[in-house]
Amino acid sequence: MSMQSQDILQRSATNSLTPPPQARDFQAEVAKLIDVSICIGCKGCQVACAEWNDIRDDVGHCTGVYDNPMELSAKSWTVMRFSETMQQGKLAWLIRKDGCMHCADPGCLKACPSAGAIVQYANGIVDFQSEHCIGCGYCIAGCPFNVPRLNPDDNRVYKCTLCVDRVRVGQEPACVKTCPTGAIQFGSKKEMLSMAEARVAQLKKRGYVHAGLYNPEGVGGTHVMYVLHHADKPGLYHHLPVDPKIATPVNVWKGVLKPLSATGLIVTLAALLYHYVGIGPNKETDNEEENDHE
Amino acid sequence: MSKRNMILRTRFIDRACHWTVVISFFLVALSGLGLFFPTLHWLTATFGTPQMGRILHPFFGVLIFVLLMVMFLRFVRHNIPDRQDVPWVKGIVEVLKGNEHKVADVGKYNAGQKMMFWAIMCLIVVLVVTGIIIWRPYLAAYFPITVIRWSLLIHAVAAIVLIHAILIHVYMAFWVKGSITGMIEGKVSRRWARKHHPRWYREVEAAEKKAVE
Repeated sequence: MSMQSQDILQRSATNSLTPPPQARDFQAEVAKLIDVSICIGCKGCQVACAEWNDIRDDVGHCTGVYDNPMELSAKSWTVMRFSETMQQGKLAWLIRKDGCMHCADPGCLKACPSAGAIVQYANGIVDFQSEHCIGCGYCIAGCPFNVPRLNPDDNRVYKCTLCVDRVRVGQEPACVKTCPTGAIQFGSKKEMLSMAEARVAQLKKRGYVHAGLYNPEGVGGTHVMYVLHHADKPGLYHHLPVDPKIATPVNVWKGVLKPLSATGLIVTLAALLYHYVGIGPNKETDNEEENDHE
Repeated sequence: MSKRNMILRTRFIDRACHWTVVISFFLVALSGLGLFFPTLHWLTATFGTPQMGRILHPFFGVLIFVLLMVMFLRFVRHNIPDRQDVPWVKGIVEVLKGNEHKVADVGKYNAGQKMMFWAIMCLIVVLVVTGIIIWRPYLAAYFPITVIRWSLLIHAVAAIVLIHAILIHVYMAFWVKGSITGMIEGKVSRRWARKHHPRWYREVEAAEKKAVE
């Protein structure tokens, strides 16, 4: 038996009547706070992530912008997104560290059809258990942030683990450890919320009247949060969604459709059974014709 | 019953198509139910392992689609709804009581079979189109995520409706004795034909008479 956490709050494709082991749930919710206003776009976090997690993406090409690699992938769990925007007639170069947001209500976990392939621990981290992943990509459709990526080499989906292996032993994630400006902080969600409050107040004092915290309620809040200087327009930061939530078709598919289908199938099977038991077989001759030889 | 009393109802090519579809549908539907209902997750092992199920489900789905298109071409002319279907539909209660022969003069296929035909054909088209859109790793990447999400929902709904339809289809074949033999061996008895498909039987008889002359 491998080491087990016994603190799994949610487990994919698992009936609520049979919850996963979760007795060790006396844990603080953790959070990563990314203050985009003091990020210098050095990509140290990208390198630390690759180094700690032993992943090396293919070396890309210069495409004329700072983004490199251009996209998240199964081997790039975090990438810096650089957006050149105009704010009040001046250039505003906005940089956002993109990656899994570790939603409290994770769309990936809701969509996943493979039992235990996605779990959420008591500290809030959403983690892929890749040996159970079947490569269907449902999590990609479930995610409101466009984060999970299918690995063409092994047909399994990967994303940021929030360095669950480091957090488990009391260390901060690798990106946090390496960030030279302190733009990435890690701690309990409570601490991070109060830290964010102070940062937002500071930004407001500096003239960013729309500064605010990005901790979207539509997904129950996230365990990766941003301090944004333009929190009224999160879309400026490489299409960060204004009001992310699990899409309606995914909710219907993973929600009401299941009991509806189960009821339909059971009713149909029962109707067919009672029809046969009640009416009897439909033979090619009726009983009264039995002796009717030709 | 002597061979003389048996008449051909379904040709070899149609029977071969039908039973290949049956076996494929069994595998695809069970693995699909395994993906849809978490509690039935074990059904994804229909194709060996859950991963193999995920890989093979769509290929077998496409096979079903191709075979059904062959069957569409071969059966469509017998399944055009016409005025003679009206009494059958109106007398559905009597039909279900086993008194079909008293309310309708049924041709090669009755109104229920025609509805089943069109339901299966429409649903397989919906399933193959949405299935292509959600097919990973090969095709899904070419479609916008919103289209993929709706396709996942529509694929599941269409599959559930089709499974209902097939349950009814299977039951009807079981209920109307002689039908399954008819689909396996291709031949049905004259009594069977006269009772369940009298108008078709008269056509068969007329053709036989013509052949003798």
